[in-house]
Amino acid sequence: MKNRIFGLETEYGLIFTPHGKVYLPMEKILGYVFEGLIPNSWPSNAFLSNGARFYQDTGCHPEYATPECDQVFDTIVHDKAGERLLERCLPVAQKRLQEEGLSGDIYIYKNNTDSMGNTYGCHENYLMRRDVDFWKVTEQLIPFFVTRQIYTGAGKVLKIAGKSHFFISQRSQHIHEKTSSSTTSSRSIINTRDEPHADAEKYRRLHIIVGDSNMSEYASYLKVGITAIILAMIEDRFFLEGVELDDPVKAMREVSRDLTLKKRIRLEKGKEMSAIEIQRRYLEKAKEYLSFSEEDPISQDIVDRWEYILDGLEEDPSRLDRELDWVAKKGLIHSYMDKKGCGLDDPRIAMMDLQYHDINQDRGLYYMLDRAGLIERVATEKDIEEAIENPPQTTRAKTRGDFIRFAKAKNRSYTVDWTYLKLNGYWEETILCMDPFSSENQRVNELIAAADAQK
Amino acid sequence: MKKKDKKKEEKQESSKDDAVVEANPEVVEKGKKIKEDLEKVMDEIDDVLEENAEEFVKNYVQKGGE
Repeated sequence: MKNRIFGLETEYGLIFTPHGKVYLPMEKILGYVFEGLIPNSWPSNAFLSNGARFYQDTGCHPEYATPECDQVFDTIVHDKAGERLLERCLPVAQKRLQEEGLSGDIYIYKNNTDSMGNTYGCHENYLMRRDVDFWKVTEQLIPFFVTRQIYTGAGKVLKIAGKSHFFISQRSQHIHEKTSSSTTSSRSIINTRDEPHADAEKYRRLHIIVGDSNMSEYASYLKVGITAIILAMIEDRFFLEGVELDDPVKAMREVSRDLTLKKRIRLEKGKEMSAIEIQRRYLEKAKEYLSFSEEDPISQDIVDRWEYILDGLEEDPSRLDRELDWVAKKGLIHSYMDKKGCGLDDPRIAMMDLQYHDINQDRGLYYMLDRAGLIERVATEKDIEEAIENPPQTTRAKTRGDFIRFAKAKNRSYTVDWTYLKLNGYWEETILCMDPFSSENQRVNELIAAADAQK
Repeated sequence: MKKKDKKKEEKQESSKDDAVVEANPEVVEKGKKIKEDLEKVMDEIDDVLEENAEEFVKNYVQKGGE
């Protein structure tokens, strides 16, 4: 697979349900949650020694940005590490509540919508070559993003005109434009924000806000992995023609509503194709692309899984309840409805729709399925544990992690961002690190070596 | 690729005559096991659903993010 930097930013939903009548402002709850992560202080923006960043997002959401990863697998594992880190904050936050004489439960959800129709995202970041015409990038990516939800969707029970329906994606009903620079209003299929945190002459950072947050590692792996292959094709000018959509925003919503996956989408030139057919066109083109490239086991693995999933979706989507979030959730909800004799409108179903995404492994329905052996994992808990402590060893995140460890051990105050590291106070020093592919920084190594020599 | 071909074969076989094809005991056993596992999950679900699920969901309001 092509050399590339990946990152996922996940915004989490947060709620406190009091056992009495005392409601607390969410700012306060979020403060307690962060205390579990960074004791004795409450910075609303903190980099961790695994290179990741935790912060308070607009609208009072905890947000976790993975460190710079250069492997799809690492990206998925680091995103899960963020989930586990937040989960670990929960008991600490609950204890702080008790100390204040309050009782209630804090829930953190890795989903994308609340009951009022507000939305928060999972943003994918891909460093890509600047010298590709962005109009072409957009043209190539839109039909792909409109249709990939059939395997990346996290499922959503949504009431429309008083009646509940099951949708494939959480996010699709909130997308209003083809392209735009905004992430908070008129959200778009292609977001044009471009802060590369690297040499801007060589790179742009593609910032994708259209996807759902995934509980399933498998779905997440496909989401990032397949997108990476498509981007490599675009950079090598290996274009797919003939799938431009007539109205992509409308198609996005329609695909999300069509559980049969058979409905046809209008293309620009009057033709029609189903979402699966469009994905198959991309798949065939990707296979052709790989056949011209050097042997690449990672891309091959991603393509094999992609094909397996498309075959499954075509024959019988319910077969993929181990792999895909929307299928797992739908299966669970239908089993529950059968057992209880209730309908999709039942309030318990609406709560199941939320509980699927609870990051507390004791309460979350995804984790119940996993414990029962009903989920196909990609990573192991050991991989995730490792990512909680350590940055990827082959990107800039390693330098950042080393630096933070050093500053903490020396008890020095520091300021860190994606592209610089700074020791504060007397003997102030800023170390620039503009290359995300570089895991070594001479100045950081010198600092650490000098500190080791003093020991 | 082999996997896919195999799947196709199976599909053709079963479409020839469903009644004649005998159920593979391994598959039946596996299906039974999944059903049992799922049944266990069903029992667990009620424990995590609030008594007042309607109220709970209604109160789940976030300020828009991003």
